[in-house]
Amino acid sequence: MKIAVKYFASMRDTMGKADESVEISENASVSDLWSSVAESSMPENTLIAVNMEYTDAAHALQDGDEVAFFPPVTGG
Amino acid sequence: MKVIVQEAAFDPWKEVCEYQEEHIGAGKHGASVTFIGSMRDFNDGVEGLSNMYLDHYPGMTEKHIERVCQDALDKWDVMDAFVIHRVGDISPNDAIVLVAVWSEHRAMAFDACRFIINDLKHRAPFWKREANEQGERWVEGNTVDEVADQHSDMAKRAS
Repeated sequence: MKIAVKYFASMRDTMGKADESVEISENASVSDLWSSVAESSMPENTLIAVNMEYTDAAHALQDGDEVAFFPPVTGG
Repeated sequence: MKVIVQEAAFDPWKEVCEYQEEHIGAGKHGASVTFIGSMRDFNDGVEGLSNMYLDHYPGMTEKHIERVCQDALDKWDVMDAFVIHRVGDISPNDAIVLVAVWSEHRAMAFDACRFIINDLKHRAPFWKREANEQGERWVEGNTVDEVADQHSDMAKRAS
């Protein structure tokens, strides 16, 4: 299945890109997706959103999902 | 309720007056509470900040703030909420965020305004990148609202 992946702020710097399209096997989780795009383990404070809703690394993905990885937020 | 995420600089006082005139109506509210967050020229021991870039997640940012405002309207007896948040390039003294809430009585407006800005600072997907003469850096965390934490602790003890 195809997943759209986005990276923001320092995560974009670390990954060297703002977004990418990833092909991944059926029943993959966010954690599986991370393993397929990154060489090291996910930083402990990473926030995850699937289709613009906060979730966690165990979240099961579906074809066409948009997944975002980003550091703690600092707005306001 | 209205939420705006924009690159353009804005005058928060003018925006509050215009919104109130258009949406609240004369004589309809007894309290209005406004929070305005502005850019300092120092932060976290770093002096001489020259500018800041505010990154965000287009789409999720607006969706998240709209939901928080709706939660506030559902939780407290308030009439309306209005939020503006800047993104992009920001200079010291610029307003970054405006949160305005209107209600019949002050307690509800204070509580709802604090709820919205605290959620926005800790959950809405924005990221600050500060610059001074030494270079640039991503800001790593927002300050904690100690009064809100005290209120939360008091509420837990009372329950």
